[in-house]
Order: sequence, then C-alpha cells, then structure tokens
Amino acid sequence: MNALVLRLIAARIGLALVSLLLVSAVVFAITALLPGDAAEEKLGLEATAETLAALRHEMGLDRPALLRYGDWLAGMAGGDPGRSVVSGALVGQLIASRLPNSLLLAGLTAAISVPLALGLGIAAAMWRGSRFDRAVSMGAVAVVSVPEFLIATLAVLLFAVQLRWLPALAYTGPDAELAELARAYALPVFSLCCVIISQMLRMTRAAVVDQLRAPYIEMLRLKGASPLRMVLRHALPNALGPIANAVALSLSYLLGGVIIVETIFNYPGVAKLMVDGVTQRDMPLVQTCAMLFCAAYLLLVTVADVLGIVSNPKLRHR
Amino acid sequence: MPASSAPAPALPAEPPRRRLPRLPLPGLLGLAVILFWLATALFGPWLLSPEANAPGADEVFGRLGAAHPLGTDYLGRDILARLVLGAGYTVGVAIVATLLASAGGTALALLAAVRGGWADGTLSRLMDTLISIPSKLFALIMVAAFGSSVTLLALTAALIYVPGVFRIARSLAVNINAMDYVAVARSRGEGELYIMRHEILPNMLGPMLADLGLRFVYVVLLLAGLSFLGLGVQPPEADWGSLVRENLGGLPEGAPAVIVPALAIASLTIAVNLLIDNLPGRGER
Amino acid sequence: MSAAPPSSAPAQAAPGQGAAVAVRGLRIAAKGASGEHTIVHGLDFDIAPGEVLALIGESGSGKTTTALALMGYARQGCRIVGGSVRIGDIDVLGLDAAAQRRLRGRTVAYIAQSAAASFNPSRTLMDQVVEPALIHRLMSRDEAERRAVALFRELALPRPDSIGQRYPHQVSGGQLQRLMAAMALISDPALVILDEPTTALDVTTQIEVLRAFRRVVRERGTSAVYVTHDLAVVAQMADRILVLRHGAARELGDTRQIIEAPADDYTRSLLAAAHPAPRAGGPAADATATPLLSVRGLAAGYGPRGADGMPAVPILADIDLTVRRGQAIGVIGESGSGKTTLARVVAGLVAPARGEVLLDGALLPPTLARRSKDQLRRIQIVFQIADTALNPAHTVERILARPLQLYHGLSGAALQARIARLLDLVQLPSAVAGRLPGGLSGGQKQRINLARALAAEPDLILADEVTSALDTVVGAAVLDLMAELRRELGLSYLFISHDLNTVRAVCDEVVVLYAGRKVESVPRERAGVAEGMATGSAARHPYFDLLARSVPELRLGWLDETAAREAQQPAGARAAGCCVFLDRCPVRLAGVCDSLPPPRRSLPGGGEILCHRAEVPAARA
Repeated sequence: MNALVLRLIAARIGLALVSLLLVSAVVFAITALLPGDAAEEKLGLEATAETLAALRHEMGLDRPALLRYGDWLAGMAGGDPGRSVVSGALVGQLIASRLPNSLLLAGLTAAISVPLALGLGIAAAMWRGSRFDRAVSMGAVAVVSVPEFLIATLAVLLFAVQLRWLPALAYTGPDAELAELARAYALPVFSLCCVIISQMLRMTRAAVVDQLRAPYIEMLRLKGASPLRMVLRHALPNALGPIANAVALSLSYLLGGVIIVETIFNYPGVAKLMVDGVTQRDMPLVQTCAMLFCAAYLLLVTVADVLGIVSNPKLRHR
Repeated sequence: MPASSAPAPALPAEPPRRRLPRLPLPGLLGLAVILFWLATALFGPWLLSPEANAPGADEVFGRLGAAHPLGTDYLGRDILARLVLGAGYTVGVAIVATLLASAGGTALALLAAVRGGWADGTLSRLMDTLISIPSKLFALIMVAAFGSSVTLLALTAALIYVPGVFRIARSLAVNINAMDYVAVARSRGEGELYIMRHEILPNMLGPMLADLGLRFVYVVLLLAGLSFLGLGVQPPEADWGSLVRENLGGLPEGAPAVIVPALAIASLTIAVNLLIDNLPGRGER
Repeated sequence: MSAAPPSSAPAQAAPGQGAAVAVRGLRIAAKGASGEHTIVHGLDFDIAPGEVLALIGESGSGKTTTALALMGYARQGCRIVGGSVRIGDIDVLGLDAAAQRRLRGRTVAYIAQSAAASFNPSRTLMDQVVEPALIHRLMSRDEAERRAVALFRELALPRPDSIGQRYPHQVSGGQLQRLMAAMALISDPALVILDEPTTALDVTTQIEVLRAFRRVVRERGTSAVYVTHDLAVVAQMADRILVLRHGAARELGDTRQIIEAPADDYTRSLLAAAHPAPRAGGPAADATATPLLSVRGLAAGYGPRGADGMPAVPILADIDLTVRRGQAIGVIGESGSGKTTLARVVAGLVAPARGEVLLDGALLPPTLARRSKDQLRRIQIVFQIADTALNPAHTVERILARPLQLYHGLSGAALQARIARLLDLVQLPSAVAGRLPGGLSGGQKQRINLARALAAEPDLILADEVTSALDTVVGAAVLDLMAELRRELGLSYLFISHDLNTVRAVCDEVVVLYAGRKVESVPRERAGVAEGMATGSAARHPYFDLLARSVPELRLGWLDETAAREAQQPAGARAAGCCVFLDRCPVRLAGVCDSLPPPRRSLPGGGEILCHRAEVPAARA
C-alpha cells in the first residue's frame, strides 16, 4: 500500500460521495420540484386560491427550491426523512422495521450466488468451447433474457403448486423454526439467485477469458505450465479487478430483482414498501427508499473499484 | 502537381464490396421470431374481429382449445387476442424507447468525444450520476412523480438507458477519435460535424447496432417488470407484463393465461439475444 | 553452469548441450473464411547440435509459425497437419498433451518478441524466471533463484541480486528481453527459439541485448533457432540461414554464403532492400530564398499548461529547424524523443507552448481552427500505420475525393480523372478505387495514404515513420516512390524515422532528437558511420555517435568489431537545464556537463551540435 494507492482510493470514495449528492439532487428534482404541487394534490378539488396558499405556506412549498432541497438533504443525512403522507408514521421507523428483512434476503442470495457464479464462470472460461461451457453460457443467456417475474412464477408453479414442496409465500413469523425458515426462503432466494448468477457468471467468464487470451498465457503454455496453473496462479490474480466489478454490478441487479421478488412473494421488505409507496404516491417514503437503494449501489460499485485499484500491480508496486 | 489532361482510365463498374455473410441457424431463428412479433404488433390488430377483446361468456382461465387457441383470461377474454393487442405496447414502446436512447446516447457521446475537455467532463459526470440510479428504481421514481402513461413509460425507459449507451458509444468514439485518419481529417480542416458523421459514426455502427439489440431486451424486461408491478401500461389496455399480472390468480391452476404472455416475452428477448450473438464479426466470448 | 538437474528429471537430451533437430515435410494449415489453407508447405531442415539456424522472411512467410511448431505448438486457428519434428530422439509431433508439457520449457525454450506482454504483470520477475525450473521439478526454489541470479549476471543485467524482486512494469524493455532469456535458459534447454527478440527495442538497446544473447547461446553450446526479418542482425547471430517466403523455403545455406553470394532471386531482393541506396534528391535547394518551413525556439508538450505557459508533460524544447523548398529533412530519434510530436505541431494538431512555425516566411497560427484552408492544404501529414490512417468505412475513391473536393472544388468527370491520375502517380491500378482499405495490402495502403496527401497538392509532406510498419522490400519501394515524387513534383519532406538507414537514404540533412532536444544536425554526407569515422576531425554528438555505431551492418563480424560499451552509471547531482544525455554519455565532463546547459555551435561544413565537447572528436574518448 503506497501513497498513490491511498490517494486513488480517497479520490474514488470522494467521487462516490459527489455522485450520491448529485443523485440526491436528481431524485429531489424529479419527486419534489417537477410534478407540480403537493399542496394541490392534498386538497384536490376543494382547493381555492386561499387555502392553497395557506397550505403551501404551512408545508413550506413557497420557499426557494434550493432551501427546500437543503432542508430535505439535512433530514435525509440526519436519519429523519420526515413522515409518510399516507400513514403519518415516521419514514425512518417504517424503513427500519423492514430493512433487516431485505438485508436477510439479499445476504442469503449473495452468499449462495457469488461462489456459485464465480465457480461456474471460471470453469466455463477454463474449458471454453467445451460442451460444459456452451451449456452454461446458453443457460445464462436464457435466464438473462427472461423477466424476473417469469422465473419467480414458474418456480412457484413448479415447487409450490405442482410439487407442493414449498410454501408460495415467504414471510414466516419471527420465531419460526430453522427448517420452516429454509423452506420459506427457498423460493424467493432461488428466484433472485437465478437472476444474478447468470449476469455474474457471464461477466466473470468474460474477464477470465480476456486474461487467458493475453500473450503471457501463451508464454506459460510454452513454459510447459498446466492449464490449472495458468488459470489459478496467473490469470485469476489479473482478473480480480474485473471480477470484483462483475460481482458488484450483478449484486446491484439484486436491487432491481428484489423489487419484483418481494412483490410476488408478498415479502415485507424495503422494496415492497417502496412499491406500495409509489402506488399511493407517498413521496417522502419513495424518496427515502430511492436514496437508500442508490447509496447501496454506489457502495457496491465503489468497493469494486477500490478492489480494482488495490489489485493493480502497476499501482501497488511503483 | 500539374493538372491532368489525360483521359481518365475507366473505373470498374462494380466495386468489390464485402458480400453479406450468411447468418448461422440460431441467428436466423432469432431473426424469424423477431420479424414474427414485429408483424404481429403491426398487422395483428387488423386481423382480429372487433369482439375478440370483449369479456366472453366463456369459462374463466380456460385451457387451450379450438375456440380459444391459447385459452381465456380471468374475465373469459381470448388470450390470443389479448396477446396480439399487447404486442403493440410491448414491442412498440420498447422500440421507440430503445431508438430514442440509442440515438440520444450516441449523439451525446460523439459530442463528448470530438469536443473533449469541458463538454466531455460535464456530460460524463452527468451520465455517471444517472447510471448510479438502478433502472427499476428510476422508473419507480418517475411513475411516482408523474403517474403512469405510455408516453411517460417510453420517455422514462429512453432516459434510463441513455447513460448506458453513452458510456459504450463514448469509449468507442474516443478510441476512433484517436485514430490517425481522424487526425488527418482534422488537419485537412474538416469541421466537428463532418468528423462525427463521416469519420467516426460509420466505424462504430456495428457495435452500436449490437448494443441497440441488447438495450431493446433491457427495455422490454423493464417495461414488463413495471407492468407486472401494476405501474406500467394501465388497464383496460395491457402489454404482456400486465397480462401476467392480471391473470396471476390463475397461477395455482397453472392457467395458460399466466404462462403464455410470460413465454411471449421470453421468446422475444431470447430471439434478440440469439440474433446478436450470431451476428458476423462477433468472436467467441 | 555447473548444476546438473536431479536424476528425477525425465530422460531427455543431455543438459547443457545442444540437441540435433530434424524437421521433415512440416506442413501447417490455417483456418480462413473459406476453409483451411496451407500456410507452411512441407519444410525440411536440420540443425546440428550447438548450431544457430536463422529463419528469415517477411510477414506472412511462416517463420514464427514454423518456430512454434518445433515445440509442437500451433496458435489459435492454426494446425500442424503433416510432417515430423525430431529433437534429439524425441518425436515432438507424436507427443500427447502431458508429454508436450514436459517438453516445453524443459527441452525447448522460447523467447518471444514482446517481453512486456509475455510477462504476467502481477507476479514478480523472479517468480516467473524460476517457474520453468519449478514446473519441471528440476531443482528447489532456492537453487533456482541462485541460478537465476547467476544468469542475470551473465546477461549483464543491472543489480542482478535484487532485480528479481521487481515487477515487469518496473524494468525497461531491453532488461525484460534479457530476463526472458534467463527464464528460457534456467532449465538448460537443448534448443532455444528466439522469435524476433530485439525487434521491439531501440537500436542502442538492441546491440547490448544481441551481445548478451550471443554470448549465452555460444557459451552453452545450445542449439538455437533465431527468427527475424532483419538480415543485418542475422549476420551477427546465425551459423546458417533458411530464407522463407509464403511458407516455403527459398534458400538454405551458410550465413556467409547467403550474405555474400546469395543464389536465390528473392534472397537478393531482401539483401538489396536491406542496403538502402541513397536516393537522388531534387535540384540543390536555394539557400538564400525564404525557407519553406522554419521552426524557431519551439517548445511543446501535453497536459494542462502551468503558470509559466509550459505544459504538464513537456516533450519538445528549443527546437530550430529549416526546410527549404525541394529539400528532404530527416528527423531521427528513439521512441519518446519527441519526433512525432514535432510533426504534429507543424501540422497544427498540437499547439506549441513557445516558439513559432513559419511557412514561406509567414507565421502559422498555432491551432488548426485558426489556419486558413490554403495553409492547411500546403502542409499534409502521412502517418506511420496506414491501417489506422485510412478510414476503414470509406472506399479509396472517397478517401481521395475528399481533399480534391475540399481544396480544389472538383466534381464529376474532373474529379474522377484526378483520382485516376493520383492512383497512377502512386503506381496503383485504377481498379483499387472501389475497394475498402481492408482489402488492400500494407504497401498499397501506404501508397493510398501518400496519394491522399498528394491530392491536396501540398508544398510540404510530413512523413511520420511511413515505412516502419512495412516489410523491407515493400518499404524500399515506397521510399523509391517518395524520392521520385519529390523530383517530379518539387515536394519537400520532413521525414521522421527511428531508422538511420532510411533517413540517410532519402534525406539531404539529418536532425537528431534526444529527449525532446535537437542535439545535432548534419548534412547527409556526414551522417554515416564510416563517414563519421573517416572525417575524424568532424565533431559528433555522443548520442548520435552511439546511435550511428549501434545500427547493425550487413556483414559478418560487425558485432565482434564493435567494442562493448561500459555500462554507464547514472550521473549524480545535476543542475537544472544541464545536458539531457548526461546519464548515458560516455564522455561527460564532471563539473561542466552536469552543471551548465550545453552550447549550440555551428560546425564547419554545415550542421549544428548541442554539446560541451564539440571540440573533442567524440568517436572514442
């Protein structure tokens, strides 16, 4: 670790923070500035010019946009994004009650899919052109091209309806037994895994194949190295950056997948909360969930970039 | 150089251009499926009888049969008719959005690459910001803010995929911009527009067309997902995603009403992937 | 090397001793768009133990493909379809995959052209150098490392004890090439294959690497195959030469016979192209008229400008240059010397930070946008690699038509006639007009490249390494064409190259760049090695002297006659603005060269030099 690497990492983290700030501006602009007026919406047909003005003043909507954005941002950063327009509950509390559920779902999915995808991707790259490779690649293309909800519904159809092995709904009470828990989570996790494994596998394979085409691999072959040695000792360390990127990007697909899967399985997570918020046009809730998802995405991508910097020998050894 | 007064030797009439390479079988299959769905979207509605879309007295969630080749939906409507009508939304909106995203992203990328400096910096920063909002999330925010309509869906999908197109197009354009033939064109005194249109664009067309296909797949999946959440095309109109949603009640019975539209989406997206993967000039990957 | 491999090593040819190689009827096929076609057609040759055989040929001759086949290896898309290869008593083509692995890196070792790409960027050099010994279980890691260090020493690598701890990007290209030799030799192979091992290096580096290679190969008595396109290099390295063309043998003989009395026509044409004859210039330039191009006090670089107006990455400093009408001025320097940047500044692609460029006495605006159409027309640039200089999406006709339309407003029949005449001028059939560049050969592309510049009817052509990417024979033809055009059309050239032979062959004056400074300019007559030595009184810049003496000559024994240089230790402290060649200079003066900027002096008989030691004949200090 040297000064240059530290400086690059610091710059990368700084960039992520700037991005998050810009994202917040975009989210605020779309949800709070553009679509007209929350006061108008609240009053609906009963609006008169006076009541409207009074409510606008009360809600602070007559203040300059920049000030409102500042307040909004301060609220977000301070962990108090305000109250739900629909239920009146604190948005922070609503999310806090759902977040562990979503994290559990995402964590389980990541724990299963990452090793599986990396293993399959690396193996496919090693034996590229073989029947195994073609089968894996075609399977991945097929799954990538199919909507998440199709996979989830087919899984329900097969395992819950036809075979009756598993329950169709995921959420069990807080004190469910482990076996019950596993059965309950099997379908949502399976659906999510399908979605991201195929992405991650394709990208991992591409990253390793890219390295295996490099001239130094031909040199290794001419040194008499075995295929295993070429891949494990030589190609993989160089593919680390791209693979970290693949994992991060694929896990960010998880964010999209979770929206569909939580809805299908009626799973009480943050994504379901947000979809409900969108249906009811509960802006504070939507904004907060959006910022949470964007922050998660930026975190993943930044971690991958930092890994890429750290694993680059030209930067590490000056 | 003295002006030549000698008669010009006749140029050969036929320029020996590269002939169109043949598509492998999977590619042809993909192309056929795509053309089939395009034709369905364009001409299908004319072929339907007006009452095809009406709720029938027939059985709800009916099986495949002679009267209803693909069964009936939760209101007893003919699934084939619903599917044909939905094709217009699924294929049409996706095509419009994809073309908008591709054209917009490519144009901005050309501008960024050729102009460089300040313009490039600003555009790249902006696109990086937009790309760090996950696509489904972006769509949810837009729907929450403006409500759902076909126009909004097309514009939103276009906006969501502009940054992705921009990234790829910019990296292609920056590489081509560094080529010596572009330097020659600049030193000849060509303007920016000429360089973008004639020197750079023709050489990035191949990869951009492949990217167009992939974007189309993403857009189809995104719109289907939104409709599935009930936030896409609104009833009584329905795209294929909405068809799956509205008939979800038939899932426990394994009704064709749920499976058929889902398979239609899959057939379209897989076909596009097949075509792209088998386009000439795409090596083993 | 005393260490014998442990007895557990597989029974192979005796270590430390060359093996006899016998190749019979070797045929190799490549997959193309229209099925498989043969690219090597039944080669037969032998290598005696300890002998160095050179495979020489131009691109597409199958020389590398043949060399790789000696290891039983064919690149992706190629396949060995027939014949036999025997090394000692091993039938190489009959081995299974595991036995092939035991052969490679053990009995036969390979040294590739691009060392930079052939090392894994993320592992230390030592890791990779000892790897063959470890893969084949020849010795313990400690022993292998000791042996590697001994090899580093033999190959004259700096800091042999610690260089192994470094990573590939931390050492220079010449060092990497020698490290690859160490990697090949660590297992004491019976046969070494050297595939263009010095082609990517600057000539001043090449000579040292050649010397090191030859010593280790000779001392070990290893059999070797040396693959190259460069006859002058081969004359120093090989015992026998096999001349290949289109995958077939043209001539096989002793090095002396091939060089001095070639029997085959093709060999003779290769030799002729390697001896570049001076091309006649135009009528003598009028030294009193306003020069066509003059560059004064030029400084340029890349990156943002600092407070002093200098760019963050300065490339050129204090360049003066004059091109008179009808003259060809050669600019020579190693990679990174700034010669291409000079062309780009004159062309307007890079704005100068300081100084000025005048065309016919009138100041040229620094950027393209501010130059007039006529100014742009009068200076045309021709780039090194025709592949990237021609838009692959445009037909030849369109490429040539554009400048004609833009500058001369031609259209219709007049345009067609002019295009046909341009093609005629560069000696191409008019049928190529409808082709895309992808369908043309390298030489044809470079001619189109030239024709496009001619279309503008320019006064000055900036030619940036125009023949470097071409095969010698093709390149020689392009040089002939350029000389002819110069005579016929009264053109002037600023001819940029890394190759002293090329520059000497076409230019009236040679300008030498080093680290962005113009260190010397000499008339053509004094630019040769022999000439410089003969006129011993003429001063010569130490860098130019080094350069001139490093260019391999096409005769046996040149490398032996050329004395090895002492490795220069970098000089210590120095003042800002002192000589840029300080670290490598064999004749530097402490207290002068490291503290004062070198003066620029005019030389009697024309030319200038930037050196404190201008009064000292620098030939051998």
